Amino acid sequence: MDKLEAKNVNVFYGLNKVINDVSISIKPNSVTAFIGPSGCGKSTFLRLFNRMNDYIDIFKMEGKVEIDGKNIYDKAIRVEELRKKVGMVFQKPNPFPKTIYENIVYGLRIQGIKDKNILDETVEKSLKQAALWEEVKDKLKNSALALSGGQQQRLCIARTLAVEPTVILMDEPASALDPISSAKVEELIYELKNNYTIVIVTHNMQQAARVSDTTAFFYMGELIEHDSTKIIFTNPKNERTQNYVTGRFG
Amino acid sequence: MPRLKEKIIVTGLASAAIVTILTTIGIIWVLLSQTIEFFSDVSLFDFLTDTQWTPLFADKHFGILPLVAGTFLTTFIAILVALPIGLTIAVYLNEYAPKSFRKIVKPLLEILAAVPTVVYGFFALAVITPFLQMLIPGMAGFNALSAGIVMGIMIIPLITSLSEDALFAVPMSLREASYGMGSTRLQTAFKVMVPAASSGIIVSVILGISRAIGETMIVAIAAGQQPRLTLNPLVPIETITTYIVQVSTGDVAHGSLEYRTIFAAGMALFVFTFILNNISYWVKKKFQEKYE
Repeated sequence: MDKLEAKNVNVFYGLNKVINDVSISIKPNSVTAFIGPSGCGKSTFLRLFNRMNDYIDIFKMEGKVEIDGKNIYDKAIRVEELRKKVGMVFQKPNPFPKTIYENIVYGLRIQGIKDKNILDETVEKSLKQAALWEEVKDKLKNSALALSGGQQQRLCIARTLAVEPTVILMDEPASALDPISSAKVEELIYELKNNYTIVIVTHNMQQAARVSDTTAFFYMGELIEHDSTKIIFTNPKNERTQNYVTGRFG
Repeated sequence: MPRLKEKIIVTGLASAAIVTILTTIGIIWVLLSQTIEFFSDVSLFDFLTDTQWTPLFADKHFGILPLVAGTFLTTFIAILVALPIGLTIAVYLNEYAPKSFRKIVKPLLEILAAVPTVVYGFFALAVITPFLQMLIPGMAGFNALSAGIVMGIMIIPLITSLSEDALFAVPMSLREASYGMGSTRLQTAFKVMVPAASSGIIVSVILGISRAIGETMIVAIAAGQQPRLTLNPLVPIETITTYIVQVSTGDVAHGSLEYRTIFAAGMALFVFTFILNNISYWVKKKFQEKYE
């Protein structure tokens, strides 16, 4: 069964239609890249999967978005529960102004988990998964803001992993990082694929080509083409996709 | 001669700036010289340790403690009222309120800030005190409690406005991070936003305290004018500011020792607010989280 599925989705900001009749299926334990020029709607579309657009006053949606076959915009769905299952990593590293430790356990604390053993274990496990443990294990009580940008972003990934989601949405997770940090985040995404379903929005073609299994090209609010990454980058069916991935526009 | 014209204008601007500096120096000089003369008659030790303040009576005592106690009692009550209410309003406006509601409430709060303090004082005496007397039988007509409560109401806009600015300055990305991990709005507000804005909130409280310590009219009208070393909020007390009003408007001879007491009291007041304002400046500089 598909992990994520959108069916005939339209999104409006006020009278502006920003997503036009998009349907897509995403397999479990895969990495899907959303590419397309700025303003094409790929970030908005990504944020549908954890209902992050809900806070925008003028946001309106039509159609169905399903995770594990369940419509997440159903009235019976508690949005807080949904977001524990669907984690998100943002463009700019956004650690809380707390210690490294407190950043990681935040998601557990808000669920009311107080057991110190569980918290400690989660911190170690998540930081190891995010390939950050060796760098920070001796300074867990230091402020997260003292870390470098790349470390902060891996901390944010670790923080997301700590709540044990099954899906991770990444909105240009490496665009604010230097090339070396960026490479580390990419490696990490590749590792995480084994256990999570990952959707990543990126402006970086090489990155999309390197990390993803399938790629979806968005243009002007429409999904132009979604296929295996290999096909999108070597032999796309649509001319606009061809032009975009070869750098002729965008 | 455009250069000469420019010089004249620059000189004019500079002298305007110098006037404020000279005024400050002048005030401090007057305060200081009169205070020094005061302390040639009264020892600093008595001033700081005597538990009675009776400069206008035959048996004179010059202990500032009763006035300090009155000042801090009313201030403490005021902050107890203003901080929870002011912060709650700030959190509500920043995290929950629809834009349209915010547009109505913010100007209303500014009106609250623009009410003359004499009106607040009258409100304390004529409305709050009788109301409290129904709840607390035996409460005196003049007391620290109702003056403190009303002073708290007066400070709410200050706390709300500064705290809201601090909350507003917390980047949207932190809120998104919190929501993204499944926090409710309430958890996001109090576990992420308020701690992230804490330096600004602390500054708002310190400035609120500073404002309450210097407040005169409300306590002069509603708190009574009896210097008394007590922490009982139900009896009449006197604050430093009220004492200064009492003597300035009375018929104490200029240049007398009694007259100089108001400068000593004024100096004490000045020291308190000066220290508090500096702490707030320091907190702001030292603890403000740097966001890009």
